Amino acid sequence: MSATTENLQEEEELNYLTNGKTLKSWLLTGDHKRIAILYLISTAIFFMIGGIFASLVRLELTSPTGVLLETETYNKAFSAHGIVMIFLFLIPSIPAVLGNFVLPIMLGARDLAFPRLNLLSWYFYMAAGIIVLWAICIGGVDTGWTFYTPLSTTYSHGAISLAIMGAFLAGFSSIFTGINFIATIHKMRAPGMTWFRMPLFAWAMYGTSVVIVLGTPVIAITLGLVMVERWTGIGIFSPELGGDPVLFQHMFWFYSHPAVYIMILPAFGVISELIANFSRKRIFGYHFVAFSTLAIAGLGFLVWGHHMFVSSQSMYEGIVFSLISFLVAVPSAIKIFNWTATIYKGNVRMHTPMIYALSFMMLFTIGGLTGLFLASMGTDVHLTATYFVVAHFHYVMVGGAITGFLGGLHYWWPKMTGRMYPEGIARINAVLVFIGFTATFLPQFIVGFLGMPRRYHYYYFAPEFQIYHILSTMGASILAIAFFTPATYLIWSLFKGEKASANPWGAHGLEWQTASPPDSHNFHHIPIVTDEVYDFPGVEYAHPSHGHKKKKSKSDDPATKEQH
Amino acid sequence: MASAHAEVENFPVHVHVQFEDIEQQNETYLVGMWAFMVTEVMFFGALFLAYILYRWHYQPDFYMAHKGLDWKAGAVNTTLLLLSSFTMVLGVHFAQLRKHKLVVANLAATCLLATGFLLIKFLLEWPAKFSHHLVPGYSFGTHPEYLYGASPRSGELFYSLYFLMTGLHAIHIIIGIIIIGALAWMWQRNDKIVSEDYIPTELVGLYWHFVDLVWIFLFPLFYLIPQ
Repeated sequence: MSATTENLQEEEELNYLTNGKTLKSWLLTGDHKRIAILYLISTAIFFMIGGIFASLVRLELTSPTGVLLETETYNKAFSAHGIVMIFLFLIPSIPAVLGNFVLPIMLGARDLAFPRLNLLSWYFYMAAGIIVLWAICIGGVDTGWTFYTPLSTTYSHGAISLAIMGAFLAGFSSIFTGINFIATIHKMRAPGMTWFRMPLFAWAMYGTSVVIVLGTPVIAITLGLVMVERWTGIGIFSPELGGDPVLFQHMFWFYSHPAVYIMILPAFGVISELIANFSRKRIFGYHFVAFSTLAIAGLGFLVWGHHMFVSSQSMYEGIVFSLISFLVAVPSAIKIFNWTATIYKGNVRMHTPMIYALSFMMLFTIGGLTGLFLASMGTDVHLTATYFVVAHFHYVMVGGAITGFLGGLHYWWPKMTGRMYPEGIARINAVLVFIGFTATFLPQFIVGFLGMPRRYHYYYFAPEFQIYHILSTMGASILAIAFFTPATYLIWSLFKGEKASANPWGAHGLEWQTASPPDSHNFHHIPIVTDEVYDFPGVEYAHPSHGHKKKKSKSDDPATKEQH
Repeated sequence: MASAHAEVENFPVHVHVQFEDIEQQNETYLVGMWAFMVTEVMFFGALFLAYILYRWHYQPDFYMAHKGLDWKAGAVNTTLLLLSSFTMVLGVHFAQLRKHKLVVANLAATCLLATGFLLIKFLLEWPAKFSHHLVPGYSFGTHPEYLYGASPRSGELFYSLYFLMTGLHAIHIIIGIIIIGALAWMWQRNDKIVSEDYIPTELVGLYWHFVDLVWIFLFPLFYLIPQ
C-alpha cells in the first residue's frame, strides 16, 4: 500500500506466490490461489495414503488364500482405502484445488466471495484428515466406507465414531466450498460475463456446488446419528430397538449417490475445457453441455435406490429407481457426443492434457455403460457386491475423476506455477496411466461377472480367479508408478521447468489473460467480457513472453460477437 | 496487497477487496446466507424423514407417548420464539433506519426471549423427562406410567427423536443467542462492520427466522399428535 517509487517496479512483479513468503502468510491467507495450493499439497498426501491401502488390498488378492493380511486387517485396509480416497481425495480434489484456483479468475473476480470461509474449509479438511488417520492408527474401521448399520452401530469394535467424526468434518469443509462457489458464480462475475459466456468448467462447479449444498448435510446428520447410536444405545437404526437399518441406507445413499456426481461433474467441466482448447474449436452444443450438467446434478438426487435393489426395497420402487437411473445416461451421453463432435474437424494438438481428456472419454464411456448393467434390476441381482461393481465405479472414479484431475492439473500447471511441465515424459506418463488403469480394472469386470464377490480376501473356492487378480495387481503396479511420476516431474518443473507465458495454450478464457502466475488479486483491472469463452479464432500468437493474446479489433466490438 | 491501487483506499472500510462495491457485497452475502439455509433445511430434513417413517410405523404409540410431553410448556415456548422473531424483525427494521438504540433494544429482547425458551426447556421440561425415566438409555421406561400405554420400544424411539430434534434445535438457539448477543454488543459499540449497513443484521435475522421456523414444525409434531 505505502509503496515508494523505487520499489514500485518490484511490487508490480510480485505474484501470488512471491507476495509474502512466511509460513504464516500461507496458513492465514485469504487468497483463493494459495488455498488451492494448500489443498493441492494436502490432497496429494492423502491420495498417496489411500494408494498405499489400495496396494495392500491388491497385493493380498494375488493369492487365493490370503498370505499377507489377516482377515480383519484386510477389512480395515479396504475401508481405509475407501474412506481416505472418497472423503479426503476425490470429493475435494477438483473443486477445492482446480476450482478454487481458476474459478474466480475465470469469472473475472478478485477472489472467491468468502475468502475466510474458504480458508476455514481447508482447516476443517485438515482436521478431518488428521482425525481419519488417527482413527486408522488406533484401531481402524472395518465397515467399509459405507458404514452400514447395524454393523457400524452395534457390532463393529473399530474406531468408528472417530472415523465418522472425520467424515463429518470433511462434509462441512465441502459445504463451505459449495456455498462459496454458489455465491461467487451468482454475484461475482465480471461485467459482461453472462451465464452463457461462462466457461463450462464454471457450470460444472455450479452443478457440483448445488449437489454439495443439498446432499452433504444429509450425510452429516446420518453419520451423526450412527455416532449418537454408538454412544448412547438409542435405536434409530437398530431393529431390535424398533428402528430400521434400511433407513440408514436410504439416507446414506441419498447423499452418497449424488456424491458420485460431486466427484465426476468437476471432471466433466475440466474435460470440456481441455477438449475445446486442444481441438481449437468452439465446444459443440455449449448450451446442451451446460444444461446436461444441471440435469445430472438434478437427476442424481432421484436414483439412490439403485444401490438398494437387494436391500428389501419393494420391486415397484426398484423399477422407478432403475428407470430414473437410465435417464442419467442421457445427459452423460450428450456430453460424450458433444465432445466427440468438438474434436471432429478440430485442429487437435496431442498435448498431455488432451491425452488425459481422450482417455477420460474412453474410460468414462466404459464406466458409464457398465453402470447401465447395474441399473437394470435383473442383471444387478447377479452383479451386486461383485468385482463388477468395483470395476464399474473405479472406471468412473479413477478413469473419470482422477484422469480429469490430472489433465486439468497439467493444463493449469503453467498458470498455477509459472512453469511448464516437461511435455515428453508427461505424455508418456499419460499413456501409462491409461494402460495401467485398463490392466487393473478390465480384468475385474470379468472376474466380477464370473462371480468374485467384493470385500473377500479369500477365494480358495475358485482358484481360477487368481489369474485375473494377478493381472489386476500387475496393472495396479503400473498405475502406482504412473501416479507417482507426475509428483516428481511436476516438483522438478517448479525449479527447472521452462518459464510459462501468460497464455501458453492459446486459450481464450479470462484465466489466460492475466499473468502466469497471477498476482494476488488476479487482475490489475477487472476485465470487461465482450465475447464467449471458446472463441479461439479471436486469439492470436503475440510473442514468446506473453504467448497468445486476444485479437484487438474483433474482441472490442461486441456487436460482431453477439451473432453466435 | 501488491496490486492495491489508489482507488482501493477510497473504498469505504467495510467493502472487502474482492467486491466492486457495497451492493455487490451485500447481494453476495445474501446469496451465501440463503445457500447456507438450504444446507440447514437438508440438515434437519434428514431427521424429519426419520420422524415421518417412525410416526407412520408407530402412530398409536407416538400418540400415547406424546402425552408425557407438557404441551403447555411447548406452547409458551412457541409464543416466546414467535415474539423473538417479531423483535428480530423490528431490529432489522431499525437497522435500516440506523436507529442504534432501538436496534440494540430489540436485539437484546430477542436474546432474552430466546434465553427464556432455553430456560423452560432445560429447567422445566428436560429435568422432568430425566426424573420420569423418559431419556433413552438403559433405564428408559422403568416408570411405565409415564409412557401412558405406549410400548417401551416405540416410546423410546419417540423420545430419541424428541431429544435429537429438539436438542439439535436447542443448539441452534444457543448459537443464535451468541450471534445476536455479539451483534447487539457491536451495535452498542457502534462498530462500523455492523452499523454502516443493515445487511449484517439482516443475515442474522434470516438465521433466526429459520431457527424459529424449525420450531414451528417441531411443536405440533411432538406436542400435538392427534389420536
